[in-house]
This record gives sequence, structure tokens and C-alpha cells, in this order.
Amino acid sequence: MLEIKNLHVIVEEDGTEILKGVNLTVNKGEIHAIMGPNGSGKSTLAKVVAGHPEYEVTEGEILYNGEDILELDPDERAHLGVFLAFQYPVEVPGVTNKILLRESYNTIAESRGREELDPLEFDDYLAKKLELVDQGPEFLDRAVNTGFSGGEKKRNEIFQMAVLEPKLSLLDETDSGLDIDALRIVADGIKKLHGEDDAVVMITHYQRMLNYITPDYVHVMIGGKIVKSGDKDLALQLEEKGYEWLESYASVNGEGK
Amino acid sequence: MSETKLLESMMGEEYKYGFTTDVEYDDFPKGIDEDVIRLLSSIKDEPEWLLDFRLKAFRRWKEMEEPSWFNATYKSPDFENIQYYSSPKDRPEVESLDDIDPKIRETYEKLGIPLEEQKMLAGVAVDAVFDSVSIFTTFKEKLAEAGVIFCSISEAVKKYPELVQKYMGSVVPANDNFYAALNSAVFSDGSFCYVPKDTICPMELSTYFRINNMDSGQFERTLIIAEENSHVSYLEGCTAPMYDQNQLHAAVVELIALDSAEIKYSTIQNWYAGDEDGIGGIFNFVTKRGICKGDNSKISWTQLETGSAVTLKYPSVILKGDNTIGEFYSVAVTNKRQQADTGTKMIHLGKNSKSTIISKGISAGYSNNSYRGQVKISKKADNARNYSQCDSMLIGQTCGAHTFPYIESANPTGQIEHEATTSRVGEDQIFYLQQRGLSEDDAISMIVNGFCKEVLKELPMEFAVEANKLLGIKLEGSVG
Repeated sequence: MLEIKNLHVIVEEDGTEILKGVNLTVNKGEIHAIMGPNGSGKSTLAKVVAGHPEYEVTEGEILYNGEDILELDPDERAHLGVFLAFQYPVEVPGVTNKILLRESYNTIAESRGREELDPLEFDDYLAKKLELVDQGPEFLDRAVNTGFSGGEKKRNEIFQMAVLEPKLSLLDETDSGLDIDALRIVADGIKKLHGEDDAVVMITHYQRMLNYITPDYVHVMIGGKIVKSGDKDLALQLEEKGYEWLESYASVNGEGK
Repeated sequence: MSETKLLESMMGEEYKYGFTTDVEYDDFPKGIDEDVIRLLSSIKDEPEWLLDFRLKAFRRWKEMEEPSWFNATYKSPDFENIQYYSSPKDRPEVESLDDIDPKIRETYEKLGIPLEEQKMLAGVAVDAVFDSVSIFTTFKEKLAEAGVIFCSISEAVKKYPELVQKYMGSVVPANDNFYAALNSAVFSDGSFCYVPKDTICPMELSTYFRINNMDSGQFERTLIIAEENSHVSYLEGCTAPMYDQNQLHAAVVELIALDSAEIKYSTIQNWYAGDEDGIGGIFNFVTKRGICKGDNSKISWTQLETGSAVTLKYPSVILKGDNTIGEFYSVAVTNKRQQADTGTKMIHLGKNSKSTIISKGISAGYSNNSYRGQVKISKKADNARNYSQCDSMLIGQTCGAHTFPYIESANPTGQIEHEATTSRVGEDQIFYLQQRGLSEDDAISMIVNGFCKEVLKELPMEFAVEANKLLGIKLEGSVG
């Protein structure tokens, strides 16, 4: 589904290189976790896949279902089923969750040749999805992320994911800022949404999210590269030993390669 | 897409109403003196008192200095090079639509303002002003049944002279300011509305202003009187062709609300704004003021200002009666080289008077957008209250937003609240919405509409859709 090959990325404004040759393959039905210390490039990777204009790809490719998507605008990638749950969801004052979701849903439906839902059908559809994040209907009439607590913002991201039914979900630190109960609700939501036709890539600092959702693969990113991949046990090892023992990998496999 | 590119494409948006209509004019020579005013008055067959009104205003105007205290720079109009009266030729008394020059009718159709009553938006009566004169007022009979008078001000001078004489200049005196004085001297036409006691006007009233002639200024006057316990909602819309010289629009609007009356006045202003380099466009220098004369009366201004090269405009309310309410809801959008200095004045004289100011300024391109507002609570206005909220939104790095609030309270029981925010439409906000599937244009439109929501919901239903579209067009950043 997603193939990232030797991806090099700089910040457009000042030319700083953030990603220094990332390789990653994600297949349908899989859950991947990407871990790593602060500043290692995890969030950048997610944003670049979604098409954030702040970054420039200098080398390598991103294939989505075999198709190069680097030239596509963020909305075109969204139409193909790419979804990014933001680490810092953006406030849009005066625009309610419902208005945004109806516009999003129908735009994406149209681009996929799917039927748009009329307002009443859409209300029913939303009501079901709300259960997933344990929110009442008043959540729909609140302005997008405006005045939301950190936890509410993260729930809203998962709610949007539930409504838009993406194929590839990139969850950027969706677990941070959540208390234990909210974490469980969000994690349960993600598990319910995940099926054999879609893939999830979770970016996280902590093992605790992985207690609820078992990843098929765990990758460690250090210094703009994936330095080690493994199964869920790798996450446990990291919890125990930290990242230091892996930093030698970064330098050995780093610049010289 | 980067912000710079976004900006560039936004500035490339076209003005849809910039065409001219080729009609013949009865024109005045350019320039202004007492002879021109006498000629104007005699052509219009005006009574003596009105000629006096004009001449007094003109004499005052000559002594006044052009104001320059606002936050805008431009080359001042050459008052000797303006045509003060311009009327489409061959204009017999218009009894039916067939009497109107088909070219002018076509113009209104192109603008989306068909004058045929059956095609009109349901429940909206229109007075159409083309350059200096009122062309036709629709739905006159239906309004007359309710006792509402809605006609051109020229007609009102003839048919209802006592009303006009009583109220004209009572809210905006002829010597109020430089441009009001000029208007009082040379105003050519405009709309008049009178709503009798205990009457709710059965439909939205609306005036559509169109400047067509290149050299003419437009100096219209609007006078609205709402008698005791009456209610009226009025909307004006404005467009002009694209010319590479500036045209002056100096209007005066006066509103009078008597006991328990309510006037709602909405504006959608989309005069030609000039090109990318700031060449051409309308100077929109208008004086709008209402008085809540009777107790428990209410005046509400709602404006959506999107056009004009320079806008200087402060629709105000004098809260004279007790328990009166004044409201000002404004969205001002500037792009390219546009400059807007706009806001309101709320003058509290009556006890328990309340005012609300909600102003939303959106600047893009190289434009400059200022809010200027005054709230004054006089000694006698016990328990007066004001709430002001002024929010500015910037799109791109080269525009400006400013807020100039003036607050004065001479009564210790007065309560004044002022809030102001400035935000920038950022790449992150646009990216977020694009990630949810919206195109860049739709994302910007959604952000801006959300920002203006509190004001847009005040517009009459029939025009809310048009307003949404207009905002979209004004800030369109076609995907590049």
C-alpha cells in the first residue's frame, strides 16, 4: 500500500535536512508503530506523506498503491484515502465539526465516485461514529478544535478518521495528552476502525498505546532514518533500555551508507 | 502551495462587474459652483427650501478642509474634474419597465438584479440607481397597500415634501463633515422610505447602486423614517465598471427610528477596487448615521465591505431614547492595494441604552484595513452598556490590520467592554483542511466564513448566500 524508498527531505525555508534516507513498506491490513527520540523526524515523515508544503523532497519516492504521489496536493492525497491525525490539531473558529465533516465527506465521496449523503442521512451516519469516541451530539456543533482540551482534540482526530474512513491512517502522537480513560477510548476506536483493507501507522513515544493496540511492526527512527525494525517486543525493549543503545546503529548505518 | 503563491493567485482574481453600459447621457459640465447647483435644482424642479439647503451646504463646504485624519493615503479627488450630475438620456417618466432603456435593463440583468417583479427574489423590493438617478422602484403598489412609501428621493421631494423637509439633514447636518457637505450641495437622487405607525414592512427593501459613467461622481442620499412601533429591513448593493481613474462616491444615509421602532440596514458593497497596482477604483466616502429618537427603538447596521479602492465609512447610531439599542456588524475585506478605514460611532444619550459592535477585518495582498470606532457615554446615560469585539485576520505577509478604538464615558454607571484579536490564516490551517479533502480555495473560504460567521448571520436570509459567494470570490486563490 505504502512504499517509501530512500526518502530525503529538507525544510523548504532553511534547507535543513530532516529525513536522510527513510525506507518503509506498509501493506494492507498491517499496523506499524514508529518510535524514536524527539527530533528524529517521525512527525516530518507523517507530514511529508500527507503533502505538507513546508517540506521538500530532495531524493527518493513515496508510492501509494504503486503510484507516485509526490506531485499531488494534500487534498488529492486525502481523496486517495491518506489520513493524518495531527499531533497538534488546528483550530478553525466559527466552523462546526459537522460543517467541516459534511464538506470533507462529500468532497471525498465525490472524488471516489461514491454517493454523497443528504443532510439527514449524514446525521444518522455521524451519530453512529460519535459512539466510537464516546461523545454526544453536542460535539458536532462545536467549532473545530476551538477551545478543546488536548484530549478532546485528539478524540476529534479519531472521530474524523472514523467518519472519513481512510485507507492509510497516519496517527501522529495521538496518544500524547490523553489520560488513561481517554487513551483506552481512543485506542479502542482505532482498533474498531482498523480492518484488513486499511493500514495504520502510529507514531508514538510510549509503549502504553501499544498495550492496547498490538502493532505488527515496530520501527525505531533516529537521526532521520529508520535504524531498526522488529515486532512488538522491540517496543518493550525500548521501554526498558531507552534509545541510547541504538544510536550506534544510526552512526554506523548513517552517513557512510 | 506556499503562502506567497497563494497570495499571488488571490490577487489574480477578477472583478465580475467591471463592464460598462453604452448609454447616452444628459451631462453637466464638469466642476462645481453655485450655478451648477441652481441648474441641478431647477432640472429637478425642486422647491425653494431645497435649493437653499443645497446652497448653504455648498458655502459651508467651500470653507471646509478635506479631512486627512484616517489611516489611508491617496491622491485627493479633483473636485473641478467631476461631473456632478449624470443621467441617462431620453428618460421619460417611467411608468412601467418598458419605458426604461433596454441597455440599462440589460445591465441590471447582468448584475443579477432583474427588475421584472416576477423574477425578483421573493419579497424584496428594489430601487435601482444608475449613476445619478433612480431608474425604477419595483413593488411600489404592494408596499403602498401596507402604507409604506418606498421611492426615489426626488419623487419624495415632490410628493411628500413635508416629511423630507422635516427629516433631511436632521441626523447628518449639511455641515457635518466635508463629504456630507458636498453631498448636501449636489446630491442627485437616492432612496426614500417611510414606514407608518404600527407597521411591519411586508418585504425587504433594497437599493442597488451602479456607477456607469466614467467622469461622474455618485452623490446619493437615503432617508429612512420608521414611525412608532414599526419595523423595516433595508439592503443596499453597489457595483461599478473598471476605469483606470478614481471615481468618487460620497453618499449620505440618515435613519430615524421613533418610539419602539426598528430599522435594520444592511450593505453589500462591491464597488470596483482598482487593479493590482492600485490604479482606478472607487473612493467610497460616505456618512451613515441613524438616530434612535424614540424610547425602546433599535437601529442595526450590518455591512459587508469588499470593494472600493479607498473606503472611509463609519455607520453610527445616536442612542437618544431610553432603552434604545444600537448594533454594528461589519466584515471588511481588503485585497490588492485596497485601503479601508471603517468602523462606527455609538453615542449613548439615553438611559439603559445598549450597543454592540462586532467588526471583522480581513486583509490580503498589499492592502491596509483599519477599524476605527468611538463609544461615548454621556452624563445622563445611566446604565449604558457597550460591547465591542474587533477581530482582524491577515492573509499573507504584506498586508496591514489596525484597530483604533476611542472610548469616552462621562457616567460612572456605564459599562464598556472591548475585545480585539488578530490572527493569520496560516499554512497550517489550510493544510489541515486540505488534509481533510478540501481544495485550497474551499479551505480559505471556510476559514474566512467561519471567522465572519457572527456578522454574516445578521444579513437578511436572501442575501446571506450571495455574501458567502462574494467572500469566496474576493479571496479566491485558484489552485496553482
